[in-house]
Amino acid sequence: MSARTSLLGIGDLSPDDIARILGTAERFGAVMERDIKKVPTLRGRTVVNLFLEPSTRTSTSFELAAKRLSADVVSIRGSGTSMEKGETLKDTILTLEAYGPDVFVIRHPQVGACALAGRYTDAAVINAGDGAGEHPTQALLDLYTVQHEVGSPDGLHIAIVGDVLHSRVARSGLRAFRMMGARVTVVAPPTLVPRHLGEAFGVEVSSDIRDIADADVVYVLRMQLERMGEGGFVPSLEEYARMYQVNHARLRPGQRVMHAGPVNRGVEISGAVVDGSDALIEAQAANGLVVRMAVLYDVLAGAASEPGTGDMALEAA
Amino acid sequence: MSIWPSNPRVRLPQRPGRGASVVIRGARILDPASGIDRTGDLVVRDGVIGGDPDGLDEFDGTGLTVIPGLVDVHVHLRTPGKEDAEDIASGTASAAAGGVVTVLAMPNTQPPTDNASILGSLLERAGREAVVPTGFIPAITVGQAGESLTEHGDLADAGAAALSDDGVPVGSALVMRRALQYQSATGLLFTLHEEDMALSGAGVMHEGVVSARLGLAGIPGVSEAVQVARDCALADYEGARIHICHVSARGTVDEIRRAKGRGIMVTAEVTPHHLLLTEDAVGADPDPARVKMNPPLRSEDDRQALIDGLLDGTIDCIATDHAPHLTDEKERPFAEAPFGVIGLETAFAACHTELVVGGRMSLDDLVLRMSTTPARIFGLPVPALADGATANLVVVDLAGVDRVGDRPYASKSGNAAFAGRHVTGRVMMTLAGGQDVFRRSA
Amino acid sequence: MGKVLVDADQCRRTVARIAHEIVEHHADPSGIALVGLHTRGVPLAERLRALIEEFSGARPAIGSVDIALYRDDVGVGGGRKGLVPVVGETILDFDIERHAVVLVDDVLYTGRTVRAAIDAVFDYGRPPKVELAVLVDRGHRELPIRPDYVGRNLPTSHGERITVRLVEVDGRDEVVLEDAA
Repeated sequence: MSARTSLLGIGDLSPDDIARILGTAERFGAVMERDIKKVPTLRGRTVVNLFLEPSTRTSTSFELAAKRLSADVVSIRGSGTSMEKGETLKDTILTLEAYGPDVFVIRHPQVGACALAGRYTDAAVINAGDGAGEHPTQALLDLYTVQHEVGSPDGLHIAIVGDVLHSRVARSGLRAFRMMGARVTVVAPPTLVPRHLGEAFGVEVSSDIRDIADADVVYVLRMQLERMGEGGFVPSLEEYARMYQVNHARLRPGQRVMHAGPVNRGVEISGAVVDGSDALIEAQAANGLVVRMAVLYDVLAGAASEPGTGDMALEAA
Repeated sequence: MSIWPSNPRVRLPQRPGRGASVVIRGARILDPASGIDRTGDLVVRDGVIGGDPDGLDEFDGTGLTVIPGLVDVHVHLRTPGKEDAEDIASGTASAAAGGVVTVLAMPNTQPPTDNASILGSLLERAGREAVVPTGFIPAITVGQAGESLTEHGDLADAGAAALSDDGVPVGSALVMRRALQYQSATGLLFTLHEEDMALSGAGVMHEGVVSARLGLAGIPGVSEAVQVARDCALADYEGARIHICHVSARGTVDEIRRAKGRGIMVTAEVTPHHLLLTEDAVGADPDPARVKMNPPLRSEDDRQALIDGLLDGTIDCIATDHAPHLTDEKERPFAEAPFGVIGLETAFAACHTELVVGGRMSLDDLVLRMSTTPARIFGLPVPALADGATANLVVVDLAGVDRVGDRPYASKSGNAAFAGRHVTGRVMMTLAGGQDVFRRSA
Repeated sequence: MGKVLVDADQCRRTVARIAHEIVEHHADPSGIALVGLHTRGVPLAERLRALIEEFSGARPAIGSVDIALYRDDVGVGGGRKGLVPVVGETILDFDIERHAVVLVDDVLYTGRTVRAAIDAVFDYGRPPKVELAVLVDRGHRELPIRPDYVGRNLPTSHGERITVRLVEVDGRDEVVLEDAA
């Protein structure tokens, strides 16, 4: 068991760490079935949610996760914050240090911003998405979902379809799925795949949608419409849909489909697949809460007691 | 190598000072271009090499080596406009501390150095503040905007060392062609920052395995190579001379090698950081903005191509692209941090460590590439150790090992890519323009 | 190796005595729920249930509780670099409003674990009564908590360490006194 302070990317975790976090998430799953859905674990801890890019589901789920653990939560959004008055991330962090936070949960439009923030605070930092960099809690909830709905990722074949170039979901997902033993094939237009992706992640890369055929799970990435303008990465969304849309003509029954949301129905994925019985999209959304509770717990719950001092001693597992 | 004419009008002002008088005792005296390699004493009297040692201060050169001072044809002195990051005094003090006896400063200042009046004021200021002889390279186009030519004739008359839009390329092939046509009238060399901005796009680091892993937008090596191919073709067509700044990619080395093979008058420089570091530095550094520069650190394959190109003469010389930035500016997310690293104080030690200690290049050749050759390409006075020459020399301890950053920098900025690395080759004393400009303190 | 204070046979008899005492206190043992505290309280609760059923013919309900989420020392004292307590399973699938809960643990020491367990149980409902059964009470309470059923009182110093081993977890039954290393 390794002790860590921050969660900046999946690379901070070992397979054992991931297993422990997902195990903790299971327990929180049980807690969420009780009438009293709150536990006192992080009473007195302060969580600062700093979201400097629009986000609803991730920020909400972190906020609720922290509250369910009885932590105090301060949420700061990008609009109207001092960042837009020219204050640097460094100064924002130094200012928020006044609240005595134990953890910063940070969403930022730039790669590496969370690591940078970590240089100016003793609090732990959890990356809630940094540009096209990483989104580790999404990858953990995706693993949790696969484990629950499909089975152990070890040996599974997962196809990731779409705009990998701009996707932090893909980047964390590739790392996490590979780390847990899955085979991963990336299927995308050549313009939306970083040139050295295969080498960087140990994955197969294809530009032919038919290569999703033998995947156990098809993970569809959101097509970021704003990137597809004139001189963009694909000639048109219509052509993209014709060539790469994940729909029932390209899936066989039993292939499970994932999407981190929000979905563009009729673009990267057909509405029928979103609503179909093989889709795990709602499960992903639902699992976000318990996985983020588990991450907060994991980052903050290092106990003061030495193992073996008696009554409150740790059970070293 | 082709013959490069001297630039008789270039002005290299230095602050006034007494000519140094010193006798360096028992050192190895090495000046490959002058055919000098002996061990013994070197006399400098009133700033000139040679003469009678009687009555002069002595400098114990035992175990040390005297070489011609380095010439750095690519530095940023941040004046005018960003004097908080560097000014002429601090930048040239940094040069002196690195054994550099002549620097040429690039025009991407605020405002850009794009007319004879700004150039004149800089030359005048250098004449008061510059620790070592300092020349200036004004812009090719007004405001470095790539649209209309600056007054190349006026700039030549005012003492420009060359012309460059460094920081950005000349985007339009037509504007580049017009500039090259003008060369026959002014004689000024063009030193070119080569990059196809459309291909570079929003890139912030080398497009490679590390950028794929990190999710940072990439600048492909081919962005440099295509622009170099264009400008070599234009230089060929116009019979003009061009110099390629900070070559970083294998494809660029190939283009230059082909162009030279066809007799095109092209020369090229490479920076110490591109010779020593790769994209992996960005992935590994907890403070990656420290190693952010343009052109970016590329792959190991590119790095090897640069070394091979330097060894076979495709790349002629080494220049630092010394680019100071305040700590505050670098303490930003990688994509928002400015490009650039300082390099004057570490260039010799870094290259000596990698190339000479590393067994790739002789010390003689390194001296040529960092002193004689760049001076010749730009038509500047060539530092030499022959009797009668102005003292432009550096005394180095080739066995001295330092960890970069342990001693304070003479530069106002500390954005050093080599910080924390151990390098071999220590500058002990620098004489520039005949003046005693640097002594290493104990 | 430490000194064996309670051997396997004594251990068996001690647990049996606790079972008898529980039966004596409860007219209808089917109305109680034996709730083991992770880790070693869980098999102890199982043993007590089997014994109580044997002695009385009535079968108590069973459950387990993990106190990791209710600890009072989580992340306190700059412990962010410390070990993360593993969160175990809490199973209370009996009607908690209608069962007298008997918390079962191996060692009672400061009382903090029991406090956490009581809090955990109350987040699942409001039992009519809560009791405490422990195999060993080693003293040094830091909270006003006292056990209802005690196997052995073993006064110790702070520097000593009581280790309980159970067949189900450790392969043998014994209680050992060790010097804290």
